[in-house]
Amino acid sequence: MIIRFQLDGSSMETDVEPGTSLLEALRGLGATSVKDGCSHGDCGTCAVLLDGRAVAACLLFAAQVDGSSIETVAGMAGEEGLHPLQSALLDAGAVQCGFCTPGILLTALELLKNNPDPDEVEVRQALAGNLCRCTGYVKIIEGVLLGADRLAGAEGGS
Amino acid sequence: MGKFTVVGTNERKVDGRALATGQPVFVGDIPPREGLLHLALLHSPHPHAVIRSINTSRAEALEGVALVLTHLNTPTVRYTTAGQGHPEPSPYDARVFDSKVRFVGDRVAAVAADSEEAARRACELIEVEYDILQPVLSLDEAMADGAPVIHDEDDALDVWAAERNCVSHMVASAGDVAVGFAECEGVVDVTCETQYAQHVPIENHIATTYLDEDDRLVIVSSTQVPFHVRRIIARVIDVPVHRIRVIKPRIGGGFGVKQEVLIEDLPALVTMRTGRPAVLEYDRAQEFVSARTRHPMRVRVKLGAKRDGILHAIEMEVWSNTGAYGTHGLTVLSNVGSKTLPLYNKAPHVKFWGEAYYTNLPVGGAYRGYGATQGYFALETAMDRLASELGIDALELRRRNHIRTGETSPIFAALGEGREGVEQTITSCELESCIDIGSDHIDWGAKRGLRHTDGDWVHGVGVSIHMQGSGIPLIDMGAASLKMNDDGSFNLSIGATDLGTGSDTILGQIAAEALGVPLEMIIVRSSDTDLTPFDVGAYASSTTYVSGMAVQRAAYDVADQIKTVAAEMLEVDANEVELTNERAGPPEGDSVSLVQVAHRSLYGVNQRQIGALASCVPELSPPPFLAAFVEVRVDVVTGKVEVVDFVAAVDCGTAINPQLAEGQVEGAVVNGIGYALMEEMIFDGKGRCRTTDLGRYKIPSISDVPPLEVVLVESFEPTGPMGAKSVSEIGINAPIPAIANAIHDATGIWLTETPFTAERVWRALNGHGS
Repeated sequence: MIIRFQLDGSSMETDVEPGTSLLEALRGLGATSVKDGCSHGDCGTCAVLLDGRAVAACLLFAAQVDGSSIETVAGMAGEEGLHPLQSALLDAGAVQCGFCTPGILLTALELLKNNPDPDEVEVRQALAGNLCRCTGYVKIIEGVLLGADRLAGAEGGS
Repeated sequence: MGKFTVVGTNERKVDGRALATGQPVFVGDIPPREGLLHLALLHSPHPHAVIRSINTSRAEALEGVALVLTHLNTPTVRYTTAGQGHPEPSPYDARVFDSKVRFVGDRVAAVAADSEEAARRACELIEVEYDILQPVLSLDEAMADGAPVIHDEDDALDVWAAERNCVSHMVASAGDVAVGFAECEGVVDVTCETQYAQHVPIENHIATTYLDEDDRLVIVSSTQVPFHVRRIIARVIDVPVHRIRVIKPRIGGGFGVKQEVLIEDLPALVTMRTGRPAVLEYDRAQEFVSARTRHPMRVRVKLGAKRDGILHAIEMEVWSNTGAYGTHGLTVLSNVGSKTLPLYNKAPHVKFWGEAYYTNLPVGGAYRGYGATQGYFALETAMDRLASELGIDALELRRRNHIRTGETSPIFAALGEGREGVEQTITSCELESCIDIGSDHIDWGAKRGLRHTDGDWVHGVGVSIHMQGSGIPLIDMGAASLKMNDDGSFNLSIGATDLGTGSDTILGQIAAEALGVPLEMIIVRSSDTDLTPFDVGAYASSTTYVSGMAVQRAAYDVADQIKTVAAEMLEVDANEVELTNERAGPPEGDSVSLVQVAHRSLYGVNQRQIGALASCVPELSPPPFLAAFVEVRVDVVTGKVEVVDFVAAVDCGTAINPQLAEGQVEGAVVNGIGYALMEEMIFDGKGRCRTTDLGRYKIPSISDVPPLEVVLVESFEPTGPMGAKSVSEIGINAPIPAIANAIHDATGIWLTETPFTAERVWRALNGHGS
């Protein structure tokens, strides 16, 4: 079946088998910033923003996003450079192997859109579904809080 | 201690931008090549069986299927998948496919097809008849008289005693423990058991292969050991080394499981036979069952001390379960003792005995900590029991006994990795400071023995102390090459394998420091067997210390060449020239920029490429040290254990990049907390793993992580690059014993089996055994 959706602001049209997951479809389209950690909805690695909401791409059929807007980490950085949240995670040392990083960034981005000034508990709640085996999460928490500060600072300055 | 400019700073990872923007840098992100074949595997459903017949005709007839591989049409060479240097200390007991299967999940066949779906469907069409054999599903069954023999083949190499399922055997001693214990006034004897656990890198194993324009085989793999992959695959598939190129791009975590040369052989065979590119990727269930695990072990420790608490005799006995194949069986076994016993070097009488056994269960392999993790459970809980026995504070007992700078242990020479070790005197140790800092943080004096309660929760605090190593002395080898470019930048090529740790970054920092340039002037390329010099790869906490020293040597060589050119230009003595801020010159007076030096050497007078190649084979393995303090609370009604606070103070020498060093310890500690409290592979009575997804095999999520403080206590290791030691493994050893000791402080129960689930703790609290 043919589905149409927005991918990081570009119009996409693709022909998928009915049983194809969104994860398979996105990676098949070359959107390989969306990673596959378990294919079962357990690890959060494949998180994307579906109309602004973080979802596990492995748990959705591609057909379900027909007419929707998908954001991936590939669309986060602008022409002026990295998104402040990307910079903050790097500056906090929150990226080790980086395989879980896209899912963490998108889930944290959703959090900060809804709650620009989260505390540590809220960061933990938001990221409870994103597994990371490298960092022990300490620097991920620091990175998200730093990103929130920087985003608030940028808005205050503009 | 040297004054550093680039070393000791929290530089962003050199690959950070690519990772944070989701660039296609992992194996699975590579766009599919024309004609790509997808591999699927047929695994054994039986723990122990002989394949009587196998019929692949229906599978081969399926549309889209290009090739079916079984034991009937693949090389029969015996090898080990262990991914170690040559000659490997692991037995040659595996084949690409064998006529016997030895665990549920063992290889039976592989199908290469146009699509993953066709490959999977074809696997279902393969007809296999098995002669089912009695399985061996535990250590005790493996060791029992008359146990079925798992490796009864006659062509396996270096199995210690196959007829009794014994893979390897290791003994070492100093003094005479019988005499020693007879002279002791306090003796404790503890036996602990650890569980099956898996590494769970978020990226599963994946390898892709193709023939390049020169008809050479290219293997792109998520591996920790690209050079070992090249050597081992060359032998197994009978293609010369010079026709193989192995590339490791970014990889999504390893923790030891990707030291294994686990899957590259199959796509390589498919590509060689069909001429087509091929890819094999494990799914999460395969990663649990058919990859590698931590060796489950039973470890007995007997400690004896005089009244003053100074240890006088130590005996350690180890029974290790290597599963169906003996990969890393001997060396992990050895390290249970070699990475733990030297910590308490006061005892003149020490004995180590260990054996590793085959079972019909998933295969043990390298896993961060590498045996030390299992050994420290018994050793460090025995220390607390001895403290109780002697009426000495547990922390004070450790202070009286741990090794210090300038001291040695007979175990360094007696026990190495699968053979005798190397004599070593400790040249840097800040363990005393680590203990002071950690005990202050946790408020040891006030909280130990207090048993503070809130509701049904009882609080307790515990400690454990640790050492590990920095590489394998006289075995490991790392090399680096460095050349200078027109603009005063440098290409650093290293065989070392960054598996997410940040080693590309810290090796770049070492080069930048030596050359007096910022990190961005170092272009780092690693882990490509065509383009970079040799390195054994990322394991045994070797990269910072071993590969780092190779980089330092190459960089100092290049620095000397730059100074020579600059001295010619400035008409001064080269010995006066220093390199700082991208300039070369005497501390006082004129200087030239590195751009001018590069231009002169490439285009001007006395033209030459400024560059160097250097290697490092370490003579020592200086240990990092760590003191861990934990506060737990135990729900005495349900047995649930929660970590309330955790501090790890660690001496890693100079922290080349403090943030990355902290990250290594934080990640290792949280992995260890998972191992201590929740992670366990569970098997049914037929050897089938029931915990094959991340819902049933629970690794710590962000919600499970307690307040965790890692404190770097710097020392200066005189034999290390810029004073550094390695720090990637040590943190994983701490949570099990520290938490067990804290649970005892809270409740008075001694736990001897991991993980400390609510059920086990409840049983122990209620006198039902653990």
